[in-house]
Amino acid sequence: MPETSNPSAANRETARVGVYVCHCGTNIAGTVDVKALADYGASLPGVAVSREYKYMCSDPGQALIQQDIRDHKLNRIVVASCSPLLHEPTFRRVLNRAGINPFFLQMVNIREHVSWVHLDKAAATQKTKDLVRAAVRRVSLHKPLQKRQVPINPTVLVVGGGIAGIHAALTLADAGKQVYLVEREPTIGGHMAMFDKTFPTLDCAACILTPKMTSVGSHPHIKLWTYSEVVQVEGYVGNYKVKVKHKPRYVIDDLCIGCQECIAACVYKEGKTADEFNLGLSKRKPVYLPFPQAVPQKVVIDRETCIEFKSGKCKKTCIEACGDRHAIDFKQKESFEEIEVGTIVLATGFKTFDPKRNPYYGYGRYPNVYTSLEMERLINASGPTNGEIVMRDGKKPQSVGIIHCVGSRDANTNRWCSKVCCMYSLKLAHLVRERTGAEVFNFYIDMRTPGKGYEEFYDRLLDEGVHFVRGRVAEVSDFAAHSSEKGKLVIRAEDTLAGFVRRIPVDMVILSVGLEPQADAQDVRRLFNISCASEGWFLERHPQLAPVSTFTEGVYIAGACQGPKDIPDSVAQAGAAAAEALALIDAQFVEPEPYTAFVLEGDCSGCKSCIPLCPYQAISFLEEKKKASINEVLCKGCGTCVAGCPSGSIAQNFFEDEEIFEEIEGVLAYA
Amino acid sequence: MNLQRRVKFEAERDHEFAQWISHEVGGEKLRHCLQCGLCSGSCPLSLYMDYTPRRLMYLAREGFKAEVLSSLSIWLCTSCYACIVECPKNINITELMYALKERAIQEKFYPRRFPVPVMAQQFSRMVRSSGRVTESWLIMRVFLRTAIWRLLGMGGLGLKLLRAGRMRLKREKIGHRREIGQMLDTVEATRKELGA
Amino acid sequence: MKYAYYPGCSLKGTGRAYEESLLAVFRALGIEFEELADWNCCGATSYMSVDQLSSYALAARNLALAEREHKDIIAPCAACYLVLNKTQHYMHDYPEIKLVVTRALSAIGLTCDGHTRVRHPLDILLHEVGVPAIAAKVKAPLRGLKVAPYYGCQIVRPYATFDDQRNPTSMDQLLAACGAKVINYSSKTQCCGASQKGTLPEVGLDRIRRLLSEAQAEGAEVIATVCPLCQFNLECFQEEVGNAHHHISIPVLYFSQLLALALGASAKIAGLQRCLVPVKRLLTSKEIAYA
Repeated sequence: MPETSNPSAANRETARVGVYVCHCGTNIAGTVDVKALADYGASLPGVAVSREYKYMCSDPGQALIQQDIRDHKLNRIVVASCSPLLHEPTFRRVLNRAGINPFFLQMVNIREHVSWVHLDKAAATQKTKDLVRAAVRRVSLHKPLQKRQVPINPTVLVVGGGIAGIHAALTLADAGKQVYLVEREPTIGGHMAMFDKTFPTLDCAACILTPKMTSVGSHPHIKLWTYSEVVQVEGYVGNYKVKVKHKPRYVIDDLCIGCQECIAACVYKEGKTADEFNLGLSKRKPVYLPFPQAVPQKVVIDRETCIEFKSGKCKKTCIEACGDRHAIDFKQKESFEEIEVGTIVLATGFKTFDPKRNPYYGYGRYPNVYTSLEMERLINASGPTNGEIVMRDGKKPQSVGIIHCVGSRDANTNRWCSKVCCMYSLKLAHLVRERTGAEVFNFYIDMRTPGKGYEEFYDRLLDEGVHFVRGRVAEVSDFAAHSSEKGKLVIRAEDTLAGFVRRIPVDMVILSVGLEPQADAQDVRRLFNISCASEGWFLERHPQLAPVSTFTEGVYIAGACQGPKDIPDSVAQAGAAAAEALALIDAQFVEPEPYTAFVLEGDCSGCKSCIPLCPYQAISFLEEKKKASINEVLCKGCGTCVAGCPSGSIAQNFFEDEEIFEEIEGVLAYA
Repeated sequence: MNLQRRVKFEAERDHEFAQWISHEVGGEKLRHCLQCGLCSGSCPLSLYMDYTPRRLMYLAREGFKAEVLSSLSIWLCTSCYACIVECPKNINITELMYALKERAIQEKFYPRRFPVPVMAQQFSRMVRSSGRVTESWLIMRVFLRTAIWRLLGMGGLGLKLLRAGRMRLKREKIGHRREIGQMLDTVEATRKELGA
Repeated sequence: MKYAYYPGCSLKGTGRAYEESLLAVFRALGIEFEELADWNCCGATSYMSVDQLSSYALAARNLALAEREHKDIIAPCAACYLVLNKTQHYMHDYPEIKLVVTRALSAIGLTCDGHTRVRHPLDILLHEVGVPAIAAKVKAPLRGLKVAPYYGCQIVRPYATFDDQRNPTSMDQLLAACGAKVINYSSKTQCCGASQKGTLPEVGLDRIRRLLSEAQAEGAEVIATVCPLCQFNLECFQEEVGNAHHHISIPVLYFSQLLALALGASAKIAGLQRCLVPVKRLLTSKEIAYA
C-alpha cells in the first residue's frame, strides 16, 4: 500500500520494547550466556521488559509474552531464538492474540547464526548482544502492515490428458469444481492407452483406462478440449487468465458422431501415412481416428496429407459419406479461447529415449530392432498386426533379446534410472513367452522391482524359463562369427555373473528405452512460470515434503512430468495435486506475506527501468500517470526493483531503507 | 584332480594397491563402477582375457594385487579405447591398464619370455638410446628374446617388405640424442621429489 | 598456414607409401608443410606401458618443437595422433603431469604452453580444404571402385575432435568425392589387434580375420586405412587368414594413395609399388589410371 517512507519520530519515542531470550534447552544456553544477554537487553533504550526463558515457543513461553504485553503495555517485541523459518508465525500469532499488530515483531536468530556455529562463548555472547541491540532499534520503526486476502477462483485447469491428468480432472470434477482438461493430441489417454497390459497384475491397459476416459468425456463438470494447447498464461494464484488454442480438426465437434464412414469412403484406398499411435508400424489415411476407444469419438483430418488441402480438387467422398450430418468442414480455422481459472495442474507426461542415440544397438539399421513402446503396439490386439507378434520382415521370432537400461543410468545419455523399465521388460518377457513360446533373454544390470507386488512378479517370471543375463549389452550386430549366427541379430555382452563374454543370436531385439522429459518441457515450464530441475523434469517445491506443488502458488504438477514413475504413482500424485488444489479452493482465499514493494509515486520519474527487472512480471506502467505500478499479489518481495530503481522511488514493506539502516547502525554501535 | 582352497581374508587385501589405483589417471570414478560389463562386452580382446576388464577393475579397486598384476588381461589390451566410449560412469579403463602395465613391469610380475612386456621394454630402450624406433631391429630384438624360431617364419614377409622398400635396416636416430637422456633424468628426479 | 609434418617412426619404414602419397596429395592441394625438425618417437602404446610420465615428456618434446616454429602439427599415424593429443589434454587436466613435463622440457630449453593443435590429415582435408575443392581437382575418378573405409580406433577414440566417434564419415566423404563407391562397413572402428599379431599371434589373427571377412562379405574391392599398423595387419597376413575354402586377397591401401590417384598422380607417386597384395590388375580392370 502506497505510503510515504518517512518514519514518524513519534514511532521511536513511543516504542515500548519487550526482549525475550530463549535458551532452547542447551541449544542456545550451552554457548550463549542468556542471562547476560537478557540483562543487556534491559539496559537498552526503549526496552521496558527483558527476560530469558527455557523454551520461548512453548505454551507457557508464549503466555509470558502475552501477559507482559498487557501488563507493561508493550508495543514492540524482539524474540532472540531460533531461525524465523521455524517460529515467526508462532510469535506473530502471540502478538495478534495480545491485540497488537503481528508485524511489530522482530526475530533475532541466535541459534543457527550464533550458538550452532561458534565455539568461543564470550565472543558468541557479544555477538548476540550486538544483534539484539540492532533488532531493538529496528523494531521501533516497524509499520502496522496488514495481510491482504486474495480470492480463489474455484475453476481448475488440468493440462495433459494422460492417466494423471484424467485422474486429477475426475477427482476435482467429482468434488463439484468446474474443470477444463486441455490435451494436445486429438484424444486423451496418453501413453497408457498405447500399452497392452500393465504390470504387475497384467490388467489390460485399455480395459482399466477407457472407463475413466469415458467418464471424463461425459462428466458434467469437465470441459474436455482435445487437439488444443495452452498458449498464454497471465495472472496469479486464484486468478489466472489462460488463452487456449484449438487446432482445427476440420470436423465439427458437435455434429460428428464417430461413425467413421468418412474414413471408409476416403479416396485413399489404404493408409499411406505413418500412423502416429502405432509409432509408424502401420499406416493411416488422412482422415482417421487415433484408436478405436478414442475420447472424444471424433475423427481428425490431417492437413498435411489430405489431397483436398494440397490440390483443392479432391472428390471429397468423405463429405458424401457423412451425408445429412454435415460434420466435415474444410474451412475450419484454428481458434482461440480465454478462460479464467484459480489453479492449474500440469500433467504433461514424458517421452521415450530415442535409441538412435546409441548406434551400437542397431535401431533403424536393422529392421527387427524395436523399442519397448513399439513392442506394446505389436502385442496389442488393436495394434498394427492385430496382436500377432510378427516382425517387420514378416517373420515370427523364435528368439527375442530384451535389452534393459537403454538411455538410462548412463553418463553419456541420461544419468537417472527410469524406474519402470525393469518391470515393463519383465512384462514384455512374459507376454512374448506366452504368445510365441520364443526363447527370451533379458540383459539387465540390476533388477529393480520395488513396488507392491513387483518382486512377486519377478518371482513369477523366474518360473517361466526366461534367460536372465546380467551384463550391459555392448553391441547388436548381424555379423556372424559362428555358423549358428547366420541370419540372426547377435547380442554381445559380458555375462558378468559367469565372468565371460557371450554372443547370443536372436531374431528380434527389444530396447527397453528410458523415460525423458517431453521435448518442449522448457517451453511449457516458462509458460506456467515454474522451474525445471537440472535434468529437465518439472521442479517440485520439496523432494520429500511437497512433491506435487511448485514454487509458483496455484500451479501443481503430477505424474511423469515430475520424474519417471509408474501408473500407481502417477495416479497417486494426480490425486494429491487435486487435493492440494481443492485445499486452496476450499480455503477460498490466500493471504500472501505483505513484504511487497510499492512505488513512491511522487518520486517516480517514469523511466521504466524497474519493469524488465521483475522476475514475476509484477510491475506495469500506468500510461496516464506515467508512473510504474506494482501488483501486490504478483509481487513476491524479492527486492530487485527496490535496488534497481535509479531514483530510489521504490520501497518495500518491512524492508524500508530506514529500517535497514537502523539495524545496520545498531549492529555497528559498540556496547 | 587338483583341489584348490579359495577363500580371501581381509588381511590379504593390499590397501596400498587399492588406494594407488584410485589415484592414477583415469581412476577418479573407479568407485562408481557398477560392474555392468559394458567394457568387457565392447573389448575386442576380452575373449582371450583371464580376467575380463570389468572383473579386473573390480579386483584392482578392492586391492587384489597379485591377481591383477599377474593377469594376462593387462598385456592383451591394445589401447583401442572401445571400453571408455560407452562406459556409463566415464571410467578411463584404458589409462588404468597403462598404470597396471607400468607397475607390473616395475615389480616384475610377468614371465621372462612373455612377448608383450618384452616388446614394450625393447621399444622404450630403443627410444631412450636413439630417440626413434627402427621397426626391423625392434622386431628382431623381440623375437630374439622370446621366440627365436619365429624369426625364421617371418623371413618370407621380411624379404617382401625389403623388396618393397618398406623395411629400413639403417638405425633411425635424432640429432639431439642427449636431450632424450636429459629429459628422462629430469622426469626421474621430479618424480622422486614428488614422492610419487 | 604452414604445418609441421610429424611422420612418426612407421611412416619412414613399413608405412612409406603413406608418406609418399600423403605428401603428394598435400602438394597437389596446396597445403604447405615442412617436416618437423629433429622430431622424436612419440612413444605410442609401448613406451606408455613402461613409464607414463616419461612417455608424456617425450611426446611433449615434439609439441614444444612445433610450438617454437609457431606451427600446428599434422600427424598421419593414428597412434602418434592419439599420443600427442593425449599429452596435450593431460597436461591441461593433471597438474602433476604438467609439472613433470614442464621441468623435463625446460631442462633442454623448451616450453609447451598447450596451444599447438595436433591434427589428422583427414581433418585438414575435410575442414581446411573442403570436399568441393577436392572434388573439383579430381582428374582420374575412381570409377565406382568399391572401397571399405577402415578408420581403426585411435583417430576417433577417445578424442573425436573432427569426426563422429561411433560412425565416422570423413574418409567416406573424401573417397566418394574421388568417385569411389564406399561400402557399408560396420566394423569400420573395430580394433585390428595392433601389435598383437607380433606378440600373441593367435589373438592378432582373430581380429584381422573378422575385419577381412566382413570386408569381403560386403563386396569390398579395396580396404582404405589411416594407420600404418592397421594397413600392415590387414595386408600382410591374408594368406594365413584364408584357408582351403576361403581365399582372401584384398588390396589394402592408405586413403591418401587412393586420393593421390584420383588427383592424377602416377602409380609410383601413389606408392602402389609398395603393396604386398598386388593392385595393378584390379585397377587396370576398372580403367583407373595406372601409369
